[in-house]
Amino acid sequence: MTIATTLSRRKFIVGSSAAVGGLSLGFHIPFAGQALAEASATTPEVNAWVVIKPDETVMIRIARSEMGQGTLTGLAQLVAEELECDWSKVTTEYPTPGENLARERVWKNFSTGGSRGIRESEDYVRRGGAAAREMLLAAAAAEWKAPVGECSVDKGVIAHKPSGRTTTYGKVASAAAKMTPPADIVLKDPKDWTIAGKPLPRLDTAEKLTGKQVYGADLNLPGQLNAAIKACPVFGGKVVSFDAAKVASMPGVRKVVQVDPTAVAVVADTWWQAKKALDALPIVWDEGPNAGLSTASIAEMLQKGLDADDAFIGTSVGDARGALAGATKTVSAVYAFPYQNHATMEPMNATARYTPEKCEVWVPTQNGEASLAAAAEAAELPVQKCEVYKINLGGGFGRRGNFQDYVRQAVRIAKQLPGTPVKLLWSREEDMLHGAYHPTTQCKLTGALDAEGNLTALHMRISGQSILAAVRPEGMQNGKDPVVFQGLTENSPEGHLGYAIPNLLVDHAMRNPPVPPGFWRGVNLNQNALYMECFMDELAHAAGVDPLAFRRKLMVGHEKHLATLNAVADRIGWDNPPPAGVGRGLAQIMGFGSYVAAAAEVSVTDGALKIHRIVAATDPGHAVNPAQIERQVEGSFVYGLSACLYGECTVKGGRMEQENFDTYEVMRMAQMPEVETIVMPSGGFWGGVGEPTIAVAAPAVLNALFAATGKRIRTMPLKNHNLAA
Amino acid sequence: MAQLTINDKTHVVDVDPDTPLLWVLREQLGLTGTKFGCGIAQCGACTVHVDGVATRACALPVGSITPEQKIVTIEGLSPDGSHPLQKAWLALDVPQCGYCQTGMIMAAAGLLASNASPSDEDINAEITNICRCGTYNRVRAAIKLAATGGDATTQRG
Repeated sequence: MTIATTLSRRKFIVGSSAAVGGLSLGFHIPFAGQALAEASATTPEVNAWVVIKPDETVMIRIARSEMGQGTLTGLAQLVAEELECDWSKVTTEYPTPGENLARERVWKNFSTGGSRGIRESEDYVRRGGAAAREMLLAAAAAEWKAPVGECSVDKGVIAHKPSGRTTTYGKVASAAAKMTPPADIVLKDPKDWTIAGKPLPRLDTAEKLTGKQVYGADLNLPGQLNAAIKACPVFGGKVVSFDAAKVASMPGVRKVVQVDPTAVAVVADTWWQAKKALDALPIVWDEGPNAGLSTASIAEMLQKGLDADDAFIGTSVGDARGALAGATKTVSAVYAFPYQNHATMEPMNATARYTPEKCEVWVPTQNGEASLAAAAEAAELPVQKCEVYKINLGGGFGRRGNFQDYVRQAVRIAKQLPGTPVKLLWSREEDMLHGAYHPTTQCKLTGALDAEGNLTALHMRISGQSILAAVRPEGMQNGKDPVVFQGLTENSPEGHLGYAIPNLLVDHAMRNPPVPPGFWRGVNLNQNALYMECFMDELAHAAGVDPLAFRRKLMVGHEKHLATLNAVADRIGWDNPPPAGVGRGLAQIMGFGSYVAAAAEVSVTDGALKIHRIVAATDPGHAVNPAQIERQVEGSFVYGLSACLYGECTVKGGRMEQENFDTYEVMRMAQMPEVETIVMPSGGFWGGVGEPTIAVAAPAVLNALFAATGKRIRTMPLKNHNLAA
Repeated sequence: MAQLTINDKTHVVDVDPDTPLLWVLREQLGLTGTKFGCGIAQCGACTVHVDGVATRACALPVGSITPEQKIVTIEGLSPDGSHPLQKAWLALDVPQCGYCQTGMIMAAAGLLASNASPSDEDINAEITNICRCGTYNRVRAAIKLAATGGDATTQRG
């Protein structure tokens, strides 16, 4: 992967784009990748997705961001599959968001979240690869004056069998660029794939082992200054004043700036100097209206929503309230899920250079186009005068998608030092205090069991925060946040409930505390699966039925859900008793278009939980790179179980209490269980893999914990419970 | 002013003695393979070797380091990425985002230097670096692969 500058030095003529009206755009980027950029500039693209150089290097353009999830490799596999090039010659590059805009969004959506990287671009990137192949074949045929139907290609070598002639993609690429793209494209049947569908090694590993991989935090542009920032730690608070004179003479300090009404930054020669001066800078805050906010006051607000009359209905089947009122046996429980921070290993950062003519931003981002919009807004320049260069991410998990707060800050700082590149890097403390937090919710579940132990009715009342209301209000439906019901819908292809419950009501009392919520890997599926799957376990035990048998009875007509559940039950050996002292638990859900299930084996000794074994199954429809899917599934347990076991951001005095990894604990090597992954693509649909498994991690472990100890944990995280008592 | 021996070269840097080694490496010497993650020696992304011992550079003031102490960073672990751990990491395609991985490799190299054949318990005790992507099991497998001198080239993918 080359840093996003290679395209930038090519000058290309924009057609009749309404946005820029036929301008010739040329960007000058004074660092990195220039040699390659020069080479690339001499080779015209075959089409937007494919550039083939005379040395046979195949450069595949990737619009989505690579943040560790393997999308870069997977998307390249899909293009290469249709292109029929030599995989060993493939490299990748990011087009810039500005180029996408100028070319009428030829690369379509840059947004990388919601496990959509592959499933929502597979069709058009495969078409891009296939179109390039046809143009390359047509160019060879034209050169040979042979019918294109007599030409074939294997690994980038084109052959005309009747005459015995051969040529290569690299030799005909320039001519191919002038060919008319084919009108009709027939994509390969996935069963014929030879590059896609294979567990190929990632394309981006080598530089991550030597320190050569450049992340946003590593950037050092010529003449760059460095900024450290502090925003009011209380949500909604503002800067009243700061005494810049107190730090002006500290080593390296260049400028102390107010960034916006909420934040102050120190700009210095080095970041360490900037941070040291910022720590010494006297700042007076107006803590604003939320200074009294606490975890307890938020919990009280949510608790009232559990029985409130105002609720949006997400799923309604039959008459759950009526059935519950007339039931002979009901079971009820209340669960709660706290705020979580994404805690990417690389803290938020962005580097910006502003002049009145141009604003440029280098940033690790999950959505380059959102970064571009944020840059233009903060620069107060037309978007055509702004550009964003995407840098690989040191983790994203949803934090680097919608929000772009760090981009706005970097631009507002750079605007106060025109012409000078300024790198803004957050401290870990800033990152923990100004997250876009996994929202907090509570959930009250009430189920009715008949005399035979069948679940006849279920009411699931969710009370808590809406992400959309805060960050994407245009997605609301008459005040309702549909994303709240992830995995619990009746028939959404994104995620529908795998149980046929005759009377079912899932509703949401929206309660929005003044803490900024965000999309956190897995989003609302995480707590929804935890609530539903732990409660299913409770119902099974109340009915005196084995949890697997209890679920199976409800899963008629939900064969794909059932298949993943059966797969994990089988592999963990559900039908045979576990070792002494070990408990087993199950969970299943559908989310992000995929079916997932997990089984866990745990024990507790002297109050300490040990997770012995995890089995996970995923049916994503199509598996573009089974090895990468395995790693996403395995990683999902680290993310999901970190939250289950330790994860909690608590509020006191209107601010988060956890400021670093000493108090915001996450899973480490010693806690990591073995994970056995079953990838079982059943075809016919495209699901995501980066997120869904997170949701089954916690309920599988908690259900196993109950089986081992009889303790039912309903309030996360587990660390707050004494398992020895 | 501090004199430091880093990757077999002597450097004289003009910084306050309380500046952590991490920031001298990253900002004065351009050795950005050593990462900033937490600043309080919790996450291990900044792991380097000081006289062969894996050490978290974010909490180590340069003023406390003598010119005689040998500092090795990821850039100095091998000239070309050929350290057995780097080869094992490549063979098993360990990284996801990769941000923590240079620190992981340096921590693992420190472990193998003192314990050529670590058990699972040794690895649990010594490799306490944080990875949020969740590569732990592959990190463990790669350490074992490097320790046993396994044929890395046949085990890719």
